[in-house]
Amino acid sequence: MDFRKAGLLETEYGAICMELDREPNETELKIFGVMWSEHCSYKSSRPLLRLFPKEGPAVLKGVGENAGVVDAGDGWGLAFKVESHNHPSAVEPYQGAATGVGGIIRDILAMGARPMASMDGLFFGKPGSPKTAILSNGIVKGVGGYGNCVGVPTVGGKTLYDAHYEDNPLLNAFCIGLVDSSRIVSSQTAEPGNLVVLLGSRTGRDGIGGAAFASVELGEDTKSSRPQVQIGDPFVEKLLIEACLEALDLGLVTSMQDMGAAGITSSASEIAAKSGVGMVIDLDSVPLREPDMSAWEIALSESQERMLLIVRPEKLDQVLALGRKWDLEAALIGKTVEGDRFILEKGGTVAVDLPASLIGGGCPEIDWPSARPSELEARQAYEPGEDTTGRNLESDLLGLLSSPSLRDKTWITRQYDSMVQVNTVMGPGAPVSLVRIKENGNLVALTMEALPWACHLDPFRGGYETMARSLRPIWLTGARHLGMTNCLNFPSPENREQFWEFAESVRGLAECCKDLSCPVVSGNVSLYNETAGSPILPTPLVCSVGLIPAGRKALLPGGWKEGDVLYLAGMDNAAIPGSHFQATRIGKIAGRPIPPSPEMELDFMERALRTAEMEIADSAIPILGGGLGIALCKEAVSSKIGADVRFETPTTSPVTLFAEGGARALYAVPQRNAFAFLQVWKGFPLRRIGTVGGDELRIPGIPPQSLKRLEETWRGD
Amino acid sequence: MKAAVVVFPGSNCDRDVLHALRDVAGIQTSAVWHKETSLPENTGLVVLPGGFSYGDYLRSGAMAARSPILGAVREHARIGRLVLGICNGFQVLTEAGLLPGALLANSSLEFICSPCFLKVEKTDTPFTNAYRTGEIVQFPIAHHEGLFFLPEEELDDLENRGQVVFRYASPEGNAGPDYSPNGALNGIAGIVNRGGNVLGLMPHPERASEDILGCSDGLGMWNSVKSWLEGR
Repeated sequence: MDFRKAGLLETEYGAICMELDREPNETELKIFGVMWSEHCSYKSSRPLLRLFPKEGPAVLKGVGENAGVVDAGDGWGLAFKVESHNHPSAVEPYQGAATGVGGIIRDILAMGARPMASMDGLFFGKPGSPKTAILSNGIVKGVGGYGNCVGVPTVGGKTLYDAHYEDNPLLNAFCIGLVDSSRIVSSQTAEPGNLVVLLGSRTGRDGIGGAAFASVELGEDTKSSRPQVQIGDPFVEKLLIEACLEALDLGLVTSMQDMGAAGITSSASEIAAKSGVGMVIDLDSVPLREPDMSAWEIALSESQERMLLIVRPEKLDQVLALGRKWDLEAALIGKTVEGDRFILEKGGTVAVDLPASLIGGGCPEIDWPSARPSELEARQAYEPGEDTTGRNLESDLLGLLSSPSLRDKTWITRQYDSMVQVNTVMGPGAPVSLVRIKENGNLVALTMEALPWACHLDPFRGGYETMARSLRPIWLTGARHLGMTNCLNFPSPENREQFWEFAESVRGLAECCKDLSCPVVSGNVSLYNETAGSPILPTPLVCSVGLIPAGRKALLPGGWKEGDVLYLAGMDNAAIPGSHFQATRIGKIAGRPIPPSPEMELDFMERALRTAEMEIADSAIPILGGGLGIALCKEAVSSKIGADVRFETPTTSPVTLFAEGGARALYAVPQRNAFAFLQVWKGFPLRRIGTVGGDELRIPGIPPQSLKRLEETWRGD
Repeated sequence: MKAAVVVFPGSNCDRDVLHALRDVAGIQTSAVWHKETSLPENTGLVVLPGGFSYGDYLRSGAMAARSPILGAVREHARIGRLVLGICNGFQVLTEAGLLPGALLANSSLEFICSPCFLKVEKTDTPFTNAYRTGEIVQFPIAHHEGLFFLPEEELDDLENRGQVVFRYASPEGNAGPDYSPNGALNGIAGIVNRGGNVLGLMPHPERASEDILGCSDGLGMWNSVKSWLEGR
């Protein structure tokens, strides 16, 4: 077999032969083809990922495990990660999305954590196109079908429509779980003489080579890739969760790993390499769904709902009994040994004999050439005012409010169980989700953010703003951030201009993380999101996690009360470029988003935290997509009360209403607390912009809008 | 007497109802694995929780209705002790023949998770005597098969006997089919058996039992069963 057919580069094949001092056999070659694919090896992104700060006082387990873990107080940890399932969702939306949810849940489980909440990032193509209708329906039903059954609430997410995702929709799945921090499971703790147990579903031919499939551009005929998409079984996943957690409770597990991309091969070789042990796996012991599977098919099958458990010999009987209790297959398939050989046997002969560390860690990095896009200057050419004069502000406001990306998403979120586990304090639909930890009473604040338009215009600034924007809603509630995870969705890195955008976006994210002391604890990279030369926009997606101590009240949006004073906190330099206004109302993205201002962010953070802690505001909403105008509408609709808004300027500009970016928030403060509020924000840009009351939203330059009309527009009725 | 929550494979609200009974309402409660054939001694209330028993891959609740523990649950019901089926548990009770009717796919053919208003139609049951008749309460729903169905004659019979306990309603208190989020006949959200000791409902009282979750109307149910259990 030719190494090119396995998807390897000549240099990579050379490295394999050199390390092995021989040519790999066909099964080994197929293993390298998958394990050294972009999806598994991160060969194109590793140099960039090194830019991320990974340390922080709250980090209990950082990058390198299945998910990062941060300190949630009182001996509890939060394990979290976000991962893409873009290619499978493009080909088979329901199963692609479902198995994306299932996969990330197992990553959290692999840390020993009970999965407690999920979020989903959805990026669809042209609103209303037949393709978007099919893909969005299938993906939403897949997320719900899996998450609802497995009993992990979907508490939030992000949905964005843009023609660039027409052929390449994105599905990013986030999960967070709670773990006793003295009991975090590691893939580094296997010892020689342990046994290897496969728990869960039988192994079939589904999803073979899925990781490699995710590492190339989609072909014109994506249907031919169907066999590479896995089929999900959320019922078995639920049993697997309970069985694994029970095994951990009983102290039966030495190490554990989920089986995602590249199946048995990646999970087993990863434990071996990280623990510094060798491993011998008998492929004939693997329970199969269909007979006559060859060694490489068994080794690389991506059949879902399987976990690999490393156990001491004296615990084996109890583990197998647990499998019987939960009606799961549990099979002894191998053992760990001294040394570093990763050996797969079949039919009494050795099918694979490789150094464990070479499989997962040996792939040489690729330093793709990078070049600033030649048309970047044209992209960034923008005269302020050119697209903001002579606008009909009323139709712009209502148009934005009803735009697919900003309108009410109940059609999606009501298909998700957002309340199971009875911890959901703030569910989908708000800029931040809140989940309580029953065990200690702390509240977890979660956000998901991505700004592809801004990243397209200026990837560094866009990346920075994405990160900052994921943290601001967390601060407003009164939570301090603990860490973040990210999913880097980009097109092919082999195009030098696309690689430049990728690198600059990561640099922006990393810079912001450093400036704001937010460690990156886990993440995922998804490249090659393009079809037939039509790439997605650069889409780095960030999920941030924060914590409110028990006993403190969270400050949330939707709490306007009659007579409250409205204050806009933050600088007046937000930009039209990259905004929803520009994308959906003007129809052409141009210009540059605002530059970072770290001191301002940190100052804003402390004041926002203090405001929440003092309980002096009734409501707070960050200025996000759609700008101040949309923030006002959403607050009015969700609070069921109007407001009289006044600006100091004689005329209202679209910039005032629709510009985006920077540390800004809209507060509603009772009169009696106005003085205390002003004290907190003294020295920070702050404007009084109106008062709450009535059943209309009155904005200068726009005829008064009844709440009913705003709500109907927002809901798309 | 005490309470027990049956855990079927695929139940996912078992821990939630345990939390509501034990931690919130202060009722001594244990979990019972579905492969057991008897209930713990002195069990006064058995809860069949929500979730996706057996993945709902067959008709919802059909497999769980044939679990070993169901023998003990039937006997428990026969001697007049309390059985509560929530969501998937309600589906199990209809499949097991402990309650009449069937729960069909929602009229939208979609899963619906939503806050929901209910009218308490019947308060002379051990599950609802802490409520006022006609009181409007808020329990969320989260299901794909919640359309309560009975043939017309049997439905009339059910209504005439006053077995309807909860009906979907507007916040102002109008109740009936127009307010069914799922197309349930007569807006029926929950019913009791003729003996009044077996209650099944689609909405989730355990999700409405703490202020921090936005609503604590479900406490009325836990307080009702608590006083029943304490009286025995």
